[in-house]
Amino acid sequence: MIVKLLSGDKPRSAVLTAVLLVILICLAGAPFIFDGVRPLDTAARICIFILLVASYDLLLGYGGIVSFAHTMFFGLGAYGVALASTHMGRGFDALLAGSLAGAAAAVVLALLIGLFSLRVRAIFFAMITLAVASAVAVLVSQFSGITGGEDGLTYNIPRVLTSANRMGEFLGTRITGKTLNYYLVFFASLLLFLLLLRIVNSPFGRVLQAIRENDFRAEAIGYRVVWYRTVATCLSAAAAAMAGSLFAIWLRYVGPDTTLSFEIMLDILLMVVIGGMGTMYGAVIGAALFILAQTYLQNLMGSASEATAGLPLIPDLLNPDRWLMWLGILFILSVYFFPSGIVGRLRERRVS
Amino acid sequence: MTAAPDHRPTFASISLAERLDAALPVLLIPLLVLLGFFAIGAPSSWLTLTVSGLAMGMMIFIMASGLTLVFGLMDVINFGHGAFVSVGAFVGVSVLIALGEWTGAASLLLNMSAVFLAVGAAMTVTGALGWGFERIIVKPVYGAHLKQILVTVGGLIVIEQLIHVVWGPDEIFFNRPETLKGAVTFAGAAMEKYRLLAVAVGLALFIAMRMVLRRTKIGLIVRAGVENGPMVEALGYRLRLVFVGVFIAGSALAGLGGVMWGLYQEVITAGMGEKMMVLVFIVAIIGGLGSVEGAFIGALLVGLMQNYVAFLEPKLALVSNIALMTAILMWRPQGMLPVVKAK
Repeated sequence: MIVKLLSGDKPRSAVLTAVLLVILICLAGAPFIFDGVRPLDTAARICIFILLVASYDLLLGYGGIVSFAHTMFFGLGAYGVALASTHMGRGFDALLAGSLAGAAAAVVLALLIGLFSLRVRAIFFAMITLAVASAVAVLVSQFSGITGGEDGLTYNIPRVLTSANRMGEFLGTRITGKTLNYYLVFFASLLLFLLLLRIVNSPFGRVLQAIRENDFRAEAIGYRVVWYRTVATCLSAAAAAMAGSLFAIWLRYVGPDTTLSFEIMLDILLMVVIGGMGTMYGAVIGAALFILAQTYLQNLMGSASEATAGLPLIPDLLNPDRWLMWLGILFILSVYFFPSGIVGRLRERRVS
Repeated sequence: MTAAPDHRPTFASISLAERLDAALPVLLIPLLVLLGFFAIGAPSSWLTLTVSGLAMGMMIFIMASGLTLVFGLMDVINFGHGAFVSVGAFVGVSVLIALGEWTGAASLLLNMSAVFLAVGAAMTVTGALGWGFERIIVKPVYGAHLKQILVTVGGLIVIEQLIHVVWGPDEIFFNRPETLKGAVTFAGAAMEKYRLLAVAVGLALFIAMRMVLRRTKIGLIVRAGVENGPMVEALGYRLRLVFVGVFIAGSALAGLGGVMWGLYQEVITAGMGEKMMVLVFIVAIIGGLGSVEGAFIGALLVGLMQNYVAFLEPKLALVSNIALMTAILMWRPQGMLPVVKAK
């Protein structure tokens, strides 16, 4: 049953299995295990980013396609929900319509980009997607009449999902709409993650891997490489848009900085590479590790920076705002020394 | 016996259509300028916009030329190029601020020496940075595109953060040297002096690059290396040294572009290079990867387009460049003047 749920793609390493179980249990029980607003928010972010990073891994790890337009699809989903909730009023129909419209728009855009530019080389595609994504980001901030511009949009979601909806206590924890909202995010992410796992372990996923390894041979065998790459782009875009919708439902705010910025694209890239390209479990570990670091490591760096205040330069290097630099260094090192990421490393150890 | 084969030479002349096709990319610029003239209507504002479009194009060309050369020769696309632009701007502007007395005086000589010192410092630092970047970050991943993209993006992150460490997180505002402020009026159109200077520098650089690439031995080796690297090495040239030299030169050009862009905007941020990268990539793509001439034409097109559209419909400026890129790629999928054959 479990193996079937995982589409036959077992973690294949005791340590990895244990880590994944811990993450799953922590996320599933987050409202009961941890106290307070911040841990729950962190847990929700981890769920959403696992989905987002997994959808990016479908492109990068399985298809070998480097795209810088992933935040654009994420943003489309988020703005879909935001716009629908603004114009249709609060309600589940608005959430659903917004998510579907966002995903549809993402698929159409991905189809256009894919058909147009996937014939060219990896480097070319990366540059084109970067250009398109930045154009979309600029458009969103320019047309402030529709999108709220730099300020973004704040809107209402159904009352059932907000903390105003008190539903009594369970196991000593107060259950509110926020808890329900969290479980909506959790189960939707889990479901879509399993769906992505299903996709990459299907014949389609195998063909993608073949194309990644050698597109010339794959074409020679008779697979239409461009078609497969385009479909992968569309699927990944749809999943990213769904992640964006969940993010919008959770935050009740959408703005260019939280959904469309190049920084988020960099974050996604870091999560994929550090977790491990070409395995969906890499996305889980990468996203969990990264967001925990983002939330808690900065505090640690802050105190380290204060402790070294007397020394030259070191406090500046340890400044909590500079944590991205350390991740960048880690990122470069991991591309060189363990290109298969944490998951690849864990699996290797078992073999040797 | 059969008749002897006909030995009359055949003269194959290039038809007009073929000639026109080869010249079309160059003709696009006057075409765009003409279109701009009719769309804008008022000759004086058209002239102002054209000059600032050309100035912007020249500055983008300076940044894009290094990128496209490195790509053509080494098959490396350097996403870290944008970070060099930022570093160049920060170093150059720091020098200009330190030489505040020189830039504040209304003497052309003092002003220009300050600018030259700033440019020199910026190019030295970015050139050295490029050398280190090549050795540490790029060298281990030659031939692997995916890894190249990833590590150079990593390099971009680290260098940008280092700028924050050295110069602090805030943007820096500053003033242009006295003699570069203000504008000259010609035929009723005001043209900023600095923009005219930028046009002159860009043009001079383009001509110099063409001369070096076409007329000197090192240019010959570089061009041959782009065409067929192993053959050049078999002839006994140490292509590796040429590689590094081109990478350093490309990085130094990014630094020069950064200083000039900083002076144009009169404000610099650590993220400015990242923002410029989008335009630089568009230019490199539509010009054809590896082609300096293509980058020049592409940069002018992008600069003019951006300024005309920003005047006519401000919200669509960047999008118009994407549209331009799309149109050109539909017409010529490899860019206008591709040097590197698609692999």
